[in-house]
Amino acid sequence: MADLRIDFAGVRSPNPFWLASAPPSNSGAQVHRAFEAGWGGAVWKTIGAPVLNVSNRYGAWHYGGQKMLAINNVELISDRPLEVNLREIADVKRHWPDRAVVVSAMVESKVEAWRDIVRRIEDSGADAMELNYGCPHGMSERGMGSAVGQVPEYCERITGWVKDAARIPVIVKLTPNITNIVHPARAALSAGADGLSLINTLNSIVGVDLERLEVTPSIGGKGGHGGYAGPAVKPIALNMLAALGTDGVIGGSAAPISGMGGISNWRDAAEFLLLGAASLQVCTAVMHFGFRIIEDLCDGLSNWMDAKGFLSVAEVRGKALRGISDFKDFDLAFRAVARIDPARCIRCNLCYVACNDTAHQCIDLIAADGRVVEPYSYDARSNGRQEAVGSRPQPRVREQDCVGCRLCYNVCPVEKCIEMVELPPCRESVTWDEISKKQPEVTQDWEAMERYRKAQGIHIH
Amino acid sequence: MPHSQDTPLAELLPPLSEHEALVEANRCLFCYDAPCTHACPTHIDVPRFIKKISTGNTLGSARTILEANLLGATCARVCPVEELCEGACVLGAEHKPITIGRLQRYSMDFVYGGDVQVFGPVRATGKKVAVVGAGAAGLACAGELARRGHAVVLFEKRELAGGLSTYGIIGLREPVAVAQAEIEMIRRLGVEIRNGVELCRDVALADLQAQFDAVFISVGLGGAPALGIPGEEHIVDGLEYIEQSKMDAGMLRVGRRAAVIGAGNTAIDCATVAKRLGAEEVTIVYRRSESEVSAYRHEMEFVRKEGVDFCFLAQPVKVHAPEDRVTALECLRMSLGAVDTSGRPAPVAVAGSEFVLAVDQVIKAIGQQKPPLAQALGLKTQRGYIDVNAEFETSARNVFAGGDCIRASGVCSTVMAVQDGKLAARAIEKRLGS
Ligand SMILES: Cc1cc2nc3c(=O)[nH]c(=O)nc-3n(C[C@H](O)[C@H](O)[C@H](O)COP(=O)(O)OP(=O)(O)OC[C@H]3O[C@@H](n4cnc5c(N)ncnc54)[C@H](O)[C@@H]3O)c2cc1C
Ligand SMILES: Cc1cc2nc3c(=O)[nH]c(=O)nc-3n(C[C@H](O)[C@H](O)[C@H](O)COP(=O)(O)O)c2cc1C
Ligand code: SF4
Ligand code: SF4
Ligand code: SF4
Repeated sequence: MADLRIDFAGVRSPNPFWLASAPPSNSGAQVHRAFEAGWGGAVWKTIGAPVLNVSNRYGAWHYGGQKMLAINNVELISDRPLEVNLREIADVKRHWPDRAVVVSAMVESKVEAWRDIVRRIEDSGADAMELNYGCPHGMSERGMGSAVGQVPEYCERITGWVKDAARIPVIVKLTPNITNIVHPARAALSAGADGLSLINTLNSIVGVDLERLEVTPSIGGKGGHGGYAGPAVKPIALNMLAALGTDGVIGGSAAPISGMGGISNWRDAAEFLLLGAASLQVCTAVMHFGFRIIEDLCDGLSNWMDAKGFLSVAEVRGKALRGISDFKDFDLAFRAVARIDPARCIRCNLCYVACNDTAHQCIDLIAADGRVVEPYSYDARSNGRQEAVGSRPQPRVREQDCVGCRLCYNVCPVEKCIEMVELPPCRESVTWDEISKKQPEVTQDWEAMERYRKAQGIHIH
Repeated sequence: MPHSQDTPLAELLPPLSEHEALVEANRCLFCYDAPCTHACPTHIDVPRFIKKISTGNTLGSARTILEANLLGATCARVCPVEELCEGACVLGAEHKPITIGRLQRYSMDFVYGGDVQVFGPVRATGKKVAVVGAGAAGLACAGELARRGHAVVLFEKRELAGGLSTYGIIGLREPVAVAQAEIEMIRRLGVEIRNGVELCRDVALADLQAQFDAVFISVGLGGAPALGIPGEEHIVDGLEYIEQSKMDAGMLRVGRRAAVIGAGNTAIDCATVAKRLGAEEVTIVYRRSESEVSAYRHEMEFVRKEGVDFCFLAQPVKVHAPEDRVTALECLRMSLGAVDTSGRPAPVAVAGSEFVLAVDQVIKAIGQQKPPLAQALGLKTQRGYIDVNAEFETSARNVFAGGDCIRASGVCSTVMAVQDGKLAARAIEKRLGS
């Protein structure tokens, strides 16, 4: 059995799964129940400056009958009195010494305010604190949250204040609402942050009500951007996580990263670990299904680690970072083509229409007698199950024309029906970077490119 | 459409709720050049209308259906979907096919339940077409022509239009109200329906030819043929039996123990009606064996679940009716011989094998006779059916025909009749334009 225990900048927990700072970790009673269910830790719902919340604060994006592929919120930080939160934090930590209890905080950008909150959090017995530089709405209007996270200098300054005052580890939670995540991350580390976490929510308007002609959700006739999270944001989170892991300064530092943004199951979790996360936080999936999801998160991850021969979470961490590369370093001679397995194919023709209308027109419909036929080529009087099924052509890729874009592979509804087959390259391996260096004119002038293609035998139709 | 299941012959399947429809619609893959569309005789663009349900564009969904098939509400209920669209669904092999018929009904119910106008007004062309027989073929042809601005008069000999949809398809599958709502829609497209006018009795083909630019004949088939056995006068005609069950079930005399002769879909329907209206024992008597039955498999399964018995390889030879009260059906045992002209093994009587079934009602459901008008109209026929060319034109110029009355081969169904009507309307329009 794989060892799921982690040590995150000195904070230990029995498994890598922590509740993210959000509604699931809003109160002591909730965190107690989450720990009973098996969660390894919890980042307390952000405490700090006084706030008031509004109704209709959550919107959601549903698609194709699937509920809540993403949630969007205009919730602020905890609206419960600071003292109540601190008392409950102390109580939880007393009951659960083996779990990670991290307290998220956000106060006005004043040194005294931060010193004060650091002291109170440390007095509660919390294992670490997380600085919320990410809340993209409401708090940012007051100069907090993402208003800090978006300006590396502010990040650095405030982190410095906190580090001066704190004895427990300090994690800086980054906002994704920024062009280059590396800058605020480096700023936080240079101010001495012990760890990083990402991502907080993305700016978003989740929809428009077609009856009332106003954005949703409606807050007394008004609405606006809110923070976006859940399954839909996972690819964005993974990219930012990888950006930190592959950055020389950040990746080279010892600071661990707590990954989050769209983790719904153990597969997502494993992906975050492989791209460098040392602990994992979850919010939306818990808001959708409750604390009970922890069971499969741990069970699935553990089984997968066993199957892969990983003994500990630390061994998994960052394993997929090595393959991350820039376009300029991709092998331009690498060749793959799509191949359809007729035995699995259900002849929905989704690959055909995708390739024909929007890719490279290289899937043919083949009739039983081997002829290439056009779609809709049956007679108006032909009908019935037998004729429709019996005469239905089979899609087949003309491999010599396939550019290997992988669109059909992505649209095919049948598992393992279309395979991207790697073919031996037709020419020497070369990257764009190498071409730029050896034959810069090819990268600057279309005629030179034409000559290069001819010489290399590259045909594009 | 209002739906109540409180009478034994009320529509069997409830409508899909909005939620059910959305879940099912989202399951559809939206295939390209979809096999379900090919399999549908009217080639409704199934993925398109289903997608529109999933996006909440139910009006657009309904229009997609009606553009291909004006009787979409009837077809949604009566089509043998297992043999048509659903049977061809790509999800059929490993999962459950999409319930296309029920989704179609969902969109159609939206139209007829809410009195929604699907088609706008059109400019009149000044051309006049007579359509004879207001069954599926006639209604579809008339509606298609009216939709394109032609003046159409639809002559129907009976009191209600709709043909077998009104009188012949059991209420369990399609309530009369559904057929009538559809007819109302055809009327609103501009078709003038004249009920109580019978071709050859009240009006001659020559008159129609003189008064109209084209004629479409869709008179369906005739009544049940005679069995030619003693006591035949005590046998109830299956079509009349079903008709009575639809028009006024309270007035239908239902036996305690009924025998239904024949094993096509009509026999299944008669047996179902008898059983549901209180017959204790219902036996379907068929002269061949189960493998030769022409009823659909799913219908056979259904009627078995209803508690109907089968008596295969039995040929009725006499109805016992002392003092005009039916007491028994006498039959002969049969065995299967060589393959006959129908391509099935011929039943051969086993000498001396007479036996009786004690019954108090005998219903015959042995198919319909060839169109009785075919000869009277003086048109060329094929095996007793009106002969038409690829454009649905008969041997008389500008006289077209379609539906069951031309179906010299193949299975008669509503949706085939609709397609005939639609294709004939196109052919007629082409002719009128030239
Ligand atoms: C009991 C039964 C159950 C069936 N169940 C199904 C089913 O579940 N699904 C399915 O797809 N198909 C079913 N069918 C078949 C289907 O009903 C027919 O194929 C379809 O109705 C044919 O349409 P049509 O317009 O050709 O003829 P009909 O529906 O028969 O219409 C012909 C019309 O012409 C009128 N007419 C006849 N002679 C004249 C005249 N001289 N002048 C004026 N009008 C005239 C008739 O009154 C009638 O209204 C069933 C048939 C039967 C008998
Ligand atoms: C309703 C809601 C409230 C949140 N409140 C906070 C908060 O108070 N402090 C904070 O740091 N992050 C907050 N978050 C962000 C989450 O902690 C987390 O970063 C984000 O939801 C991404 O993770 P997920 O995709 O698992 O939800 C909130 C998110 C949601 C959905
Ligand atoms: S998308 Fe997949 S299943 Fe559908 S036709 Fe193409 S290969 Fe076959
Ligand atoms: S990989 Fe792209 S180009 Fe090749 S068949 Fe698929 S869609 Fe067409
Ligand atoms: S075949 Fe099935 S899945 Fe494909 S479009 Fe038709 S109903 Fe939808």
